[in-house]
Amino acid sequence: MISTFMELNPLQLTFYSAALLAIVASLKVVTGKNTVHALLYLVVSLLAVAVCFYLMGAPFAAGLEVIVYAGAILVLFVFAIMMFGLGQDETLHAPSVDGRVYGSIDGSKANKFNLWFGPFLLALLLLLELVYAISSSEVQAKLTSHTIDAKQVGILLYGPYLLAVEIASFLLLAGLIGGYHFAKPEGVGLERKKDIGEHG
Amino acid sequence: MITIPLSHVLILASILFVIGFVGVITRKNTLFILMSLEVMLNAVGVAFIGAGSAWQQADGQVMFILILTLAAAEVALGLALLIQMQRRFKSLDIDKLSKLKG
Repeated sequence: MISTFMELNPLQLTFYSAALLAIVASLKVVTGKNTVHALLYLVVSLLAVAVCFYLMGAPFAAGLEVIVYAGAILVLFVFAIMMFGLGQDETLHAPSVDGRVYGSIDGSKANKFNLWFGPFLLALLLLLELVYAISSSEVQAKLTSHTIDAKQVGILLYGPYLLAVEIASFLLLAGLIGGYHFAKPEGVGLERKKDIGEHG
Repeated sequence: MITIPLSHVLILASILFVIGFVGVITRKNTLFILMSLEVMLNAVGVAFIGAGSAWQQADGQVMFILILTLAAAEVALGLALLIQMQRRFKSLDIDKLSKLKG
């Protein structure tokens, strides 16, 4: 087992550890109890997958993963959680205003540290991997030999796949309209109909 | 030159997909179901990127971008439906949605 580890080159080693981080973080997402903690683990999982993309020679996809997934979609989740006001049962261990921790006997600092330990450790490992992958010349030499850059993707996207792009834009429009329709407050948009009904 | 074998990438994608799938079928909280769906979509993206890098074609990344838009639309609609659910049932428990009546 150890010897097979030694045979791996640095790029493979980095890839497999990032994959392991993604799997661990995804497991924590699925098994988590607290919504916000699961969301933090989801961020870590997406970042780990982004590192995997980078090491697979797809830096454009890695950037999109960070910007769109970990940036936009996760912010949407955060807004939803804030709207639901999941403050009672879900945030049992959340630090309160006075710095004490609910759910612990004495509200010690160690307990609060435990809360942040998992996501923090996983994210730190990812950061170390990324710094290593960027600084190591051996990894970079292997990467540059088989990278597919954004230019190729763009040429393909607006050439043979143009119809798919148009369909995707329709999908996003449907998502926008549907999201507005379902999330608007009760009764908004009905006043006008009522006016017409009264006068007509 | 391919440094990471495609089979390992596909194994990673399957593991992530199964984790997400288990989350979808076991969790009762709708928010967690949506998050598990995200994990599943992400796993599919890993498979596409891995295949694209194995054959040195940019098509994999194009498909990944399409999956990304799909995930964005899905999350927007899903969370809007969740807001409606919270408003009507005062709960995110999926078992509360078992009665098919207005």
